[in-house]
Amino acid sequence: MVYLTRKAEFSASHFYHNPDFTPEENRRVFGKCNNPNGHGHNYTLEVTVKGEVDPRSGFVVDLKQLKEVMHREVLDAMDHRFLNKEVPEFLHQIPTTENIAIAIWQRLAAKLESARLHRVRVYETPDLFVDFYGEP
Amino acid sequence: MNHEAKKIYPVYPCVPCGKDFDFMGSFQMKAHLSRRYLFSASHRLHSDAMSDEENHSTYGKCNNPYGHGHNYTVEVTVSGQVDRQTGMVCNLADLDAFIETQVLARFGHENLNTLREFAQEVPTTENLCIQIYEIVQRGFHFAHLERVRLEETMMNSFEYAGREA
Repeated sequence: MVYLTRKAEFSASHFYHNPDFTPEENRRVFGKCNNPNGHGHNYTLEVTVKGEVDPRSGFVVDLKQLKEVMHREVLDAMDHRFLNKEVPEFLHQIPTTENIAIAIWQRLAAKLESARLHRVRVYETPDLFVDFYGEP
Repeated sequence: MNHEAKKIYPVYPCVPCGKDFDFMGSFQMKAHLSRRYLFSASHRLHSDAMSDEENHSTYGKCNNPYGHGHNYTVEVTVSGQVDRQTGMVCNLADLDAFIETQVLARFGHENLNTLREFAQEVPTTENLCIQIYEIVQRGFHFAHLERVRLEETMMNSFEYAGREA
């Protein structure tokens, strides 16, 4: 088994708010992230796929295809967007880094042809990141 | 919740279990959250169990009796179900406050050899990594501790995930 990781960057804004919470609760739980006007990050996405090396091509996965799927499914939808208002998953879910990683997994897993998705890692900042392995 | 909007958006099948994934969440998923912190400290690698020659040959420059320092980066990884109400594994403010008070305040700008944690053992980065793991494991209960990764410099790092791992 060989693991291959492809990186991408996207920039987006978001805020944290749960409509079931009172305004005070929202401020207490989410702090500055509760500002309804949003704030932004430069996210780094790392997608790791795994598989056996194809004896003919020497590839685990066709990188062009992986890059294209990442662009179409993730970057086109999230880059330079206000996540809460423009990305369907986040109309009903708070766009935390955890939920962004899960949403990206969901978007990619169904579209990858040869390789199996191993891990989605999303850096919100260089000192904060989330890994999702598709575990329930 | 805006039910109108909900109708028009697809429900994605959950890849691991095959169930439909309803976004305000009829079930949850496990994620790993990692946070990196910086602190600076000094140490000297020297073992009382060894002769001076042995210390010198084992630890080289690190055996300098005056000690030397590093900018350490500690990367703490916790895991757990993503909470439906908050979208979080645990509140980052809780993790930050714990690490600040229990790890960074304890080791930052200290000479590690003078601390009681290293009265009996050499303050190598391996041992410091284990110490930090044990502190978080004992005291932080908002999420499961997966591992502690400690970078001594950009070139070397150490990971500890508990005795069993």
